[in-house]
Amino acid sequence: MNKALIGLLLGGILGVLDGLSAWFTPAVRNQLLGIVLGSTVKGLIAGVLIGFFARKVNSLALGIVFGLAVGLLLAYAVAAMQPGPNHYYFEIMLPGGIVGTIIGYATQRFGEAPQTATR
Amino acid sequence: MTRYLSDSALERLREAADAPDLSGTRYRLVEKLGQGGMGGVFCVEDTELERRVALKVISVPDGEGALSARLLQEARVIAKLEHPGIVPVHDAGVMPDGRPYYTMKLVQGKRLDEYLGTTTNLSDRLRIFLRICDPVAFAHAHGVLHRDLKPANVMIGPFGEVLVMDWGLSKMLQSGEATGPLASQNSETAGATPSSMQTAHGSVLGTPGYMAPEQVRGDTKLDQRADVYSLGTILQFLIADASPAPKALVAIRQKATATDAAERYLTVPELAADVAHFLDGMSVSAYPEGPFGRAWRWIRRNQVWILLLLAYLLARTLLIFWRPR
Repeated sequence: MNKALIGLLLGGILGVLDGLSAWFTPAVRNQLLGIVLGSTVKGLIAGVLIGFFARKVNSLALGIVFGLAVGLLLAYAVAAMQPGPNHYYFEIMLPGGIVGTIIGYATQRFGEAPQTATR
Repeated sequence: MTRYLSDSALERLREAADAPDLSGTRYRLVEKLGQGGMGGVFCVEDTELERRVALKVISVPDGEGALSARLLQEARVIAKLEHPGIVPVHDAGVMPDGRPYYTMKLVQGKRLDEYLGTTTNLSDRLRIFLRICDPVAFAHAHGVLHRDLKPANVMIGPFGEVLVMDWGLSKMLQSGEATGPLASQNSETAGATPSSMQTAHGSVLGTPGYMAPEQVRGDTKLDQRADVYSLGTILQFLIADASPAPKALVAIRQKATATDAAERYLTVPELAADVAHFLDGMSVSAYPEGPFGRAWRWIRRNQVWILLLLAYLLARTLLIFWRPR
């Protein structure tokens, strides 16, 4: 399995689980479906970006840093798009950053790097 | 007469007498590299290919020609063992004085016992050990026992290549003991290992401290497990600095160097697999673990995953219970 696909799958799964965790917050429970969908899309985008980075750069440290940065950036964008006065930056960006870190670690450790072209 | 010559003059005379007569060959003497029980190894210049190679030649009286036959047999055995971890033989021939010789790649590096001072990392040392096992396993598959494995017979090249040297005591396994292409032959060779014990056919051959007990006893029916024992002693040499050495690694070493050959690893690949499993944080056959041992090893192998997941769960839990008002 290549690294981009690993990133996509892991991003999707973690995105769903991350979105479902909103169930524990009664104030937003009625918006659960939208949150899960948004979180999943965010996870998929992060997974693909981090997976492609892992195909290009073979470094565990850089992979984790890039995953953290992408996770935080996308979570920030999601938080900024929240309607109303409360954007929940901390509540959204903290787990988003950790999820990005997990994907960054996984895509560096696992998955096949692209083969060097030969003639 | 000798009282009129200085020690240094005598030494020079001895060196001149030892030096092989290379006239009429394509080689030119550069320097002496080492001296063993029956032969010397010299650095020579191959004048046709313009490169330096190592030349091994008998340097002790060989009345019946038995040593000459052994030297040629040794060259033929090594020539058939084409492996990156075994020094290749380039050429063989007879010098003008009738002594046979063979030339091989000149290896410029450090012996394992000298090299160890440059790396104290246990994982690096175990990776070197695995690369020692490779050519030995290859030789066994081709029906050849080394019989003189020790740190002094392993060279680490300038680019990190690991070479198993000095196959002078190698022995062809009997038919049925190995299935390789050389297995149908049966012969012994004796070579130029300093401090190796060399005696007549069927006697003790090897280096004390690295020989398997059955080899010390002079058993004629040795098999791969004799080399497994010697590899176990090399493993002990490599992990001696690790204090305390991991229990699983000690168990591997103990199994490899069991006094009773039946209790050892049957083959070198089995020994190498256990060491590789240890390096990968997996269970090893020589060290049965209980459930707690297995769990602890699993945690250590997956500690980054566990830390990341715990961090995520902790963050989620904190956010659920400590919500800002």
